[in-house]
Amino acid sequence: MPGLSGRMSTVIKAKISKLLDRAEDPAETLEYSYQKQIELLQNVKKGIADVVTSKKRLQLQEQKLRDQVVKLDTQARQALAAGNEDLARTALERKNVAQTELQSLDSQVAQLEQQQEQMTASEQKLRAKIEQFRSRKEVIKAQYSAAEAQVKISEAATGVGEEMADVGLAMQRALDKTENMRARADAVQELEAAGTFEDLTQLGPGEDDIDRQLRQLSSTSEVDSELAKMKAELGSGSPRSAGELGAGGGADGAPAEAEQAGPSQGQAP
Amino acid sequence: MIVRIATEGQYEVGDADVSALNDLDNDAVVACDGQDEQHFHEAFDKLLQFVRTKGTPVSEDTLEASDVILPPPDVSFDEARAEFSGEGLIPG
Repeated sequence: MPGLSGRMSTVIKAKISKLLDRAEDPAETLEYSYQKQIELLQNVKKGIADVVTSKKRLQLQEQKLRDQVVKLDTQARQALAAGNEDLARTALERKNVAQTELQSLDSQVAQLEQQQEQMTASEQKLRAKIEQFRSRKEVIKAQYSAAEAQVKISEAATGVGEEMADVGLAMQRALDKTENMRARADAVQELEAAGTFEDLTQLGPGEDDIDRQLRQLSSTSEVDSELAKMKAELGSGSPRSAGELGAGGGADGAPAEAEQAGPSQGQAP
Repeated sequence: MIVRIATEGQYEVGDADVSALNDLDNDAVVACDGQDEQHFHEAFDKLLQFVRTKGTPVSEDTLEASDVILPPPDVSFDEARAEFSGEGLIPG
Protein backbone atom coordinates (compact mmCIF):
# COMPACT_ATOMS: atom_id res chain seq x y z
CA MET A 1 0.00 0.00 0.00
CA PRO A 2 1.56 3.31 -1.00
CA GLY A 3 1.46 6.70 0.59
CA LEU A 4 0.55 7.49 4.18
CA SER A 5 0.57 4.04 5.64
CA GLY A 6 3.53 2.85 3.63
CA ARG A 7 5.79 5.58 4.82
CA MET A 8 5.04 5.10 8.52
CA SER A 9 5.48 1.34 8.36
CA THR A 10 8.86 1.73 6.70
CA VAL A 11 10.16 4.21 9.23
CA ILE A 12 9.06 2.06 12.16
CA LYS A 13 10.57 -1.08 10.65
CA ALA A 14 13.85 0.73 10.07
CA LYS A 15 13.90 1.79 13.72
CA ILE A 16 13.30 -1.75 14.90
CA SER A 17 15.98 -3.29 12.71
CA LYS A 18 18.43 -0.73 14.05
CA LEU A 19 17.53 -1.97 17.51
CA LEU A 20 18.12 -5.59 16.54
CA ASP A 21 21.42 -4.99 14.77
CA ARG A 22 23.13 -4.17 18.03
CA ALA A 23 24.26 -7.64 19.00
CA GLU A 24 25.55 -10.67 17.13
CA ASP A 25 24.65 -13.18 19.78
CA PRO A 26 20.89 -13.98 19.88
CA ALA A 27 20.79 -14.22 23.66
CA GLU A 28 22.44 -10.83 23.88
CA THR A 29 19.95 -9.35 21.41
CA LEU A 30 17.12 -10.69 23.52
CA GLU A 31 18.45 -9.16 26.71
CA TYR A 32 19.22 -5.89 24.98
CA SER A 33 15.72 -5.66 23.51
CA TYR A 34 14.19 -6.48 26.85
CA GLN A 35 16.26 -3.81 28.61
CA LYS A 36 15.17 -1.27 26.00
CA GLN A 37 11.54 -2.22 26.53
CA ILE A 38 11.80 -1.81 30.29
CA GLU A 39 13.46 1.57 29.80
CA LEU A 40 10.66 2.75 27.58
CA LEU A 41 8.07 1.55 30.06
CA GLN A 42 9.76 3.75 32.68
CA ASN A 43 9.66 6.66 30.25
CA VAL A 44 5.97 6.16 29.67
CA LYS A 45 5.39 6.28 33.41
CA LYS A 46 7.36 9.51 33.59
CA GLY A 47 5.34 10.87 30.69
CA ILE A 48 2.08 10.12 32.48
CA ALA A 49 3.41 11.82 35.62
CA ASP A 50 4.23 14.90 33.49
CA VAL A 51 0.72 15.04 32.12
CA VAL A 52 -0.71 14.76 35.64
CA THR A 53 1.56 17.59 36.82
CA SER A 54 0.46 19.82 33.96
CA LYS A 55 -3.15 19.03 34.67
CA LYS A 56 -2.75 19.99 38.32
CA ARG A 57 -1.08 23.20 37.31
CA LEU A 58 -3.91 24.13 34.97
CA GLN A 59 -6.43 23.28 37.69
CA LEU A 60 -4.60 25.63 40.03
CA GLN A 61 -4.77 28.31 37.35
CA GLU A 62 -8.48 27.61 36.99
CA GLN A 63 -9.04 28.17 40.70
CA LYS A 64 -7.18 31.47 40.55
CA LEU A 65 -9.30 32.61 37.63
CA ARG A 66 -12.46 31.59 39.45
CA ASP A 67 -11.40 33.72 42.40
CA GLN A 68 -10.61 36.53 39.98
CA VAL A 69 -14.10 36.34 38.47
CA VAL A 70 -15.73 36.60 41.91
CA LYS A 71 -13.45 39.47 42.88
CA LEU A 72 -14.08 41.45 39.69
CA ASP A 73 -17.81 40.94 40.02
CA THR A 74 -17.72 42.30 43.56
CA GLN A 75 -15.58 45.23 42.42
CA ALA A 76 -18.01 46.04 39.62
CA ARG A 77 -20.90 46.10 42.08
CA GLN A 78 -18.98 48.30 44.49
CA ALA A 79 -17.99 50.70 41.70
CA LEU A 80 -21.56 50.93 40.46
CA ALA A 81 -22.92 51.48 43.96
CA ALA A 82 -20.44 54.33 44.32
CA GLY A 83 -21.71 55.80 41.03
CA ASN A 84 -18.53 55.08 39.06
CA GLU A 85 -19.92 53.40 35.95
CA ASP A 86 -16.66 53.55 33.98
CA LEU A 87 -14.82 51.62 36.65
CA ALA A 88 -17.67 49.11 36.87
CA ARG A 89 -17.48 48.63 33.11
CA THR A 90 -13.73 48.02 33.25
CA ALA A 91 -14.16 45.46 35.99
CA LEU A 92 -16.90 43.69 34.01
CA GLU A 93 -14.76 43.67 30.89
CA ARG A 94 -11.99 42.00 32.80
CA LYS A 95 -14.41 39.56 34.34
CA ASN A 96 -15.63 38.71 30.86
CA VAL A 97 -12.09 38.00 29.67
CA ALA A 98 -11.36 35.92 32.76
CA GLN A 99 -14.50 33.88 32.15
CA THR A 100 -13.54 33.23 28.54
CA GLU A 101 -10.11 32.14 29.67
CA LEU A 102 -11.71 29.90 32.27
CA GLN A 103 -13.76 28.13 29.60
CA SER A 104 -10.68 27.51 27.53
CA LEU A 105 -8.86 26.14 30.57
CA ASP A 106 -11.80 23.84 31.25
CA SER A 107 -11.51 22.26 27.84
CA GLN A 108 -7.74 21.99 28.17
CA VAL A 109 -8.07 20.17 31.47
CA ALA A 110 -10.58 17.83 29.84
CA GLN A 111 -8.12 17.20 27.00
CA LEU A 112 -5.34 16.38 29.42
CA GLU A 113 -7.69 14.07 31.30
CA GLN A 114 -8.33 12.20 28.09
CA GLN A 115 -4.64 12.09 27.25
CA GLN A 116 -3.85 10.71 30.67
CA GLU A 117 -6.39 7.93 30.21
CA GLN A 118 -5.05 7.12 26.76
CA MET A 119 -1.47 6.95 27.95
CA THR A 120 -2.43 4.77 30.90
CA ALA A 121 -4.14 2.38 28.50
CA SER A 122 -1.05 2.43 26.24
CA GLU A 123 1.18 1.69 29.17
CA GLN A 124 -0.91 -1.34 30.10
CA LYS A 125 -0.85 -2.59 26.53
CA LEU A 126 2.91 -2.20 26.31
CA ARG A 127 3.36 -3.88 29.67
CA ALA A 128 1.34 -6.89 28.45
CA LYS A 129 3.49 -7.13 25.32
CA ILE A 130 6.73 -6.84 27.25
CA GLU A 131 5.56 -9.56 29.60
CA GLN A 132 4.77 -11.73 26.59
CA PHE A 133 8.20 -10.97 25.17
CA ARG A 134 9.87 -11.88 28.45
CA SER A 135 8.31 -15.35 28.58
CA ARG A 136 9.00 -15.93 24.88
CA LYS A 137 12.60 -14.82 25.41
CA GLU A 138 13.16 -17.63 27.91
CA VAL A 139 11.63 -20.19 25.56
CA ILE A 140 13.78 -19.00 22.66
CA LYS A 141 16.95 -19.12 24.73
CA ALA A 142 16.18 -22.64 25.98
CA GLN A 143 14.80 -24.32 22.87
CA TYR A 144 16.23 -22.93 19.67
CA SER A 145 19.53 -23.13 17.85
CA ALA A 146 21.30 -19.84 17.17
CA ALA A 147 20.02 -19.58 13.59
CA GLU A 148 16.42 -20.38 14.49
CA ALA A 149 16.59 -18.13 17.52
CA GLN A 150 17.60 -15.18 15.36
CA VAL A 151 14.37 -15.51 13.36
CA LYS A 152 12.16 -15.99 16.42
CA ILE A 153 13.76 -13.04 18.15
CA SER A 154 13.27 -10.88 15.14
CA GLU A 155 9.56 -11.76 15.04
CA ALA A 156 8.96 -11.17 18.73
CA ALA A 157 11.09 -8.03 18.92
CA THR A 158 9.35 -6.54 15.91
CA GLY A 159 5.99 -6.93 17.60
CA VAL A 160 7.16 -5.27 20.79
CA GLY A 161 9.28 -2.76 18.88
CA GLU A 162 6.24 -1.56 16.98
CA GLU A 163 4.27 -1.17 20.19
CA MET A 164 7.19 0.73 21.70
CA ALA A 165 7.42 3.04 18.71
CA ASP A 166 3.68 3.63 18.90
CA VAL A 167 3.66 4.39 22.62
CA GLY A 168 6.66 6.63 22.02
CA LEU A 169 4.73 8.51 19.37
CA ALA A 170 1.61 8.81 21.56
CA MET A 171 3.77 10.11 24.40
CA GLN A 172 5.54 12.63 22.20
CA ARG A 173 2.25 13.99 20.94
CA ALA A 174 0.80 14.20 24.45
CA LEU A 175 3.86 16.03 25.73
CA ASP A 176 3.85 18.46 22.78
CA LYS A 177 0.25 19.37 23.50
CA THR A 178 0.95 19.69 27.20
CA GLU A 179 3.91 21.94 26.41
CA ASN A 180 1.69 24.26 24.37
CA MET A 181 -0.85 24.48 27.16
CA ARG A 182 1.88 25.15 29.67
CA ALA A 183 3.28 27.98 27.56
CA ARG A 184 -0.18 29.50 27.30
CA ALA A 185 -0.84 29.17 31.01
CA ASP A 186 2.49 30.89 31.69
CA ALA A 187 1.61 33.71 29.33
CA VAL A 188 -1.73 34.16 31.06
CA GLN A 189 -0.05 34.28 34.42
CA GLU A 190 2.43 36.92 33.25
CA LEU A 191 -0.31 39.10 31.84
CA GLU A 192 -2.30 38.73 34.99
CA ALA A 193 0.72 39.71 37.06
CA ALA A 194 1.38 42.72 34.85
CA GLY A 195 -2.23 43.84 35.32
CA THR A 196 -2.91 43.89 31.59
CA PHE A 197 -5.68 41.39 31.68
CA GLU A 198 -7.47 42.98 28.76
CA ASP A 199 -4.69 41.93 26.42
CA LEU A 200 -5.75 38.34 26.88
CA THR A 201 -8.16 38.85 24.03
CA GLN A 202 -5.10 38.79 21.78
CA LEU A 203 -3.97 35.37 22.92
CA GLY A 204 -6.34 33.14 20.97
CA PRO A 205 -4.47 30.80 18.65
CA GLY A 206 -4.90 31.27 14.92
CA GLU A 207 -7.16 34.29 15.25
CA ASP A 208 -7.22 37.13 12.80
CA ASP A 209 -8.37 40.71 13.29
CA ILE A 210 -11.92 39.98 12.29
CA ASP A 211 -12.26 37.18 14.81
CA ARG A 212 -10.92 39.47 17.46
CA GLN A 213 -13.25 42.32 16.54
CA LEU A 214 -16.21 39.98 16.50
CA ARG A 215 -15.29 38.69 19.90
CA GLN A 216 -14.85 42.21 21.21
CA LEU A 217 -18.30 43.09 19.90
CA SER A 218 -19.92 40.14 21.64
CA SER A 219 -17.91 40.87 24.74
CA THR A 220 -19.09 44.50 24.72
CA SER A 221 -22.73 43.54 24.42
CA GLU A 222 -22.30 40.99 27.20
CA VAL A 223 -20.71 43.64 29.37
CA ASP A 224 -23.52 46.07 28.53
CA SER A 225 -26.24 43.63 29.46
CA GLU A 226 -24.47 42.61 32.62
CA LEU A 227 -24.02 46.23 33.57
CA ALA A 228 -27.70 46.87 32.97
CA LYS A 229 -28.62 43.89 35.10
CA MET A 230 -26.35 45.05 37.88
CA LYS A 231 -27.87 48.54 37.72
CA ALA A 232 -31.35 47.07 38.01
CA GLU A 233 -30.30 45.04 41.03
CA LEU A 234 -28.71 48.06 42.65
CA GLY A 235 -31.59 50.22 41.47
CA SER A 236 -33.31 50.94 44.76
CA GLY A 237 -30.11 52.27 46.34
CA SER A 238 -29.14 54.51 43.44
CA PRO A 239 -29.91 58.27 43.43
CA ARG A 240 -31.28 57.91 39.87
CA SER A 241 -33.53 54.97 40.52
CA ALA A 242 -36.43 54.14 38.27
CA GLY A 243 -38.95 54.58 41.06
CA GLU A 244 -38.09 58.20 41.70
CA LEU A 245 -38.02 59.03 38.03
CA GLY A 246 -41.41 57.47 37.52
CA ALA A 247 -42.86 59.46 40.40
CA GLY A 248 -41.29 62.71 39.15
CA GLY A 249 -42.47 62.36 35.56
CA GLY A 250 -45.90 60.97 36.34
CA ALA A 251 -47.63 64.37 36.39
CA ASP A 252 -46.48 65.41 32.92
CA GLY A 253 -46.85 62.06 31.27
CA ALA A 254 -43.59 62.71 29.37
CA PRO A 255 -40.97 60.25 30.49
CA ALA A 256 -38.17 61.73 28.31
CA GLU A 257 -38.46 65.13 29.97
CA ALA A 258 -38.77 63.59 33.33
CA GLU A 259 -35.57 61.62 32.86
CA GLN A 260 -33.62 64.70 31.84
CA ALA A 261 -34.88 66.63 34.78
CA GLY A 262 -34.12 63.88 37.19
CA PRO A 263 -35.19 64.03 40.80
CA SER A 264 -34.54 67.80 41.09
CA GLN A 265 -37.40 70.21 41.76
CA GLY A 266 -36.53 72.71 39.00
CA GLN A 267 -39.04 71.41 36.51
CA ALA A 268 -41.22 74.25 35.18
CA PRO A 269 -44.62 73.47 33.61
CA MET B 1 -3.94 -8.29 7.46
CA ILE B 2 -2.97 -6.42 10.63
CA VAL B 3 -3.52 -2.68 10.51
CA ARG B 4 -2.32 -0.36 13.25
CA ILE B 5 -3.89 3.01 13.84
CA ALA B 6 -0.96 4.83 15.41
CA THR B 7 -1.46 5.73 19.10
CA GLU B 8 -4.66 3.66 19.11
CA GLY B 9 -3.90 -0.01 18.48
CA GLN B 10 -3.84 -2.95 16.07
CA TYR B 11 -6.81 -4.35 14.15
CA GLU B 12 -7.11 -7.56 12.15
CA VAL B 13 -8.75 -6.75 8.81
CA GLY B 14 -10.05 -9.62 6.70
CA ASP B 15 -8.68 -10.25 3.20
CA ALA B 16 -12.06 -9.40 1.69
CA ASP B 17 -11.83 -5.85 3.01
CA VAL B 18 -8.27 -5.11 1.96
CA SER B 19 -9.12 -3.80 -1.47
CA ALA B 20 -11.69 -1.36 -0.08
CA LEU B 21 -9.12 -0.27 2.50
CA ASN B 22 -6.61 0.35 -0.24
CA ASP B 23 -9.08 2.55 -2.12
CA LEU B 24 -9.75 4.63 1.01
CA ASP B 25 -6.03 4.97 1.61
CA ASN B 26 -5.43 6.11 -1.95
CA ASP B 27 -8.22 8.65 -1.64
CA ALA B 28 -6.51 10.13 1.44
CA VAL B 29 -3.21 10.23 -0.42
CA VAL B 30 -4.79 12.00 -3.41
CA ALA B 31 -6.31 14.62 -1.07
CA CYS B 32 -2.90 15.12 0.48
CA ASP B 33 -1.19 15.52 -2.87
CA GLY B 34 -3.89 17.89 -4.05
CA GLN B 35 -3.44 20.13 -0.98
CA ASP B 36 -7.11 19.67 -0.19
CA GLU B 37 -7.19 19.74 3.60
CA GLN B 38 -10.92 19.25 4.09
CA HIS B 39 -11.01 16.39 1.63
CA PHE B 40 -8.04 14.81 3.40
CA HIS B 41 -9.69 14.90 6.83
CA GLU B 42 -12.93 13.45 5.45
CA ALA B 43 -11.09 10.70 3.58
CA PHE B 44 -8.84 9.93 6.53
CA ASP B 45 -11.77 9.78 8.98
CA LYS B 46 -13.53 7.38 6.62
CA LEU B 47 -10.40 5.25 6.48
CA LEU B 48 -10.14 5.12 10.28
CA GLN B 49 -13.82 4.32 10.70
CA PHE B 50 -13.48 1.52 8.17
CA VAL B 51 -10.63 -0.08 10.12
CA ARG B 52 -12.42 0.33 13.46
CA THR B 53 -15.71 -1.14 12.25
CA LYS B 54 -14.51 -3.84 9.82
CA GLY B 55 -11.46 -4.86 11.82
CA THR B 56 -11.28 -6.74 15.11
CA PRO B 57 -8.90 -5.47 17.82
CA VAL B 58 -5.77 -7.63 18.17
CA SER B 59 -5.32 -9.10 21.66
CA GLU B 60 -2.77 -7.50 23.95
CA ASP B 61 -0.44 -10.48 24.22
CA THR B 62 0.03 -10.82 20.47
CA LEU B 63 3.53 -9.95 19.34
CA GLU B 64 2.82 -9.58 15.66
CA ALA B 65 4.03 -6.71 13.53
CA SER B 66 1.49 -4.74 11.54
CA ASP B 67 1.33 -4.94 7.77
CA VAL B 68 0.16 -1.37 7.61
CA ILE B 69 0.49 1.53 10.04
CA LEU B 70 -1.88 4.46 9.71
CA PRO B 71 -1.06 7.89 11.17
CA PRO B 72 -2.69 8.83 14.49
CA PRO B 73 -6.32 10.01 14.40
CA ASP B 74 -5.34 13.54 15.45
CA VAL B 75 -2.83 13.90 12.60
CA SER B 76 -2.71 17.40 11.15
CA PHE B 77 -2.72 18.11 7.44
CA ASP B 78 0.86 19.36 7.59
CA GLU B 79 1.99 16.21 9.38
CA ALA B 80 0.19 14.02 6.88
CA ARG B 81 1.94 15.81 4.02
CA ALA B 82 5.27 15.41 5.79
CA GLU B 83 4.66 11.66 5.62
CA PHE B 84 5.61 11.80 1.94
CA SER B 85 8.81 13.72 2.38
CA GLY B 86 11.28 14.64 5.07
CA GLU B 87 11.30 12.81 8.36
CA GLY B 88 7.67 11.83 8.62
CA LEU B 89 5.90 11.51 11.92
CA ILE B 90 8.69 9.57 13.59
CA PRO B 91 11.97 11.37 13.20
CA GLY B 92 15.30 9.58 13.41
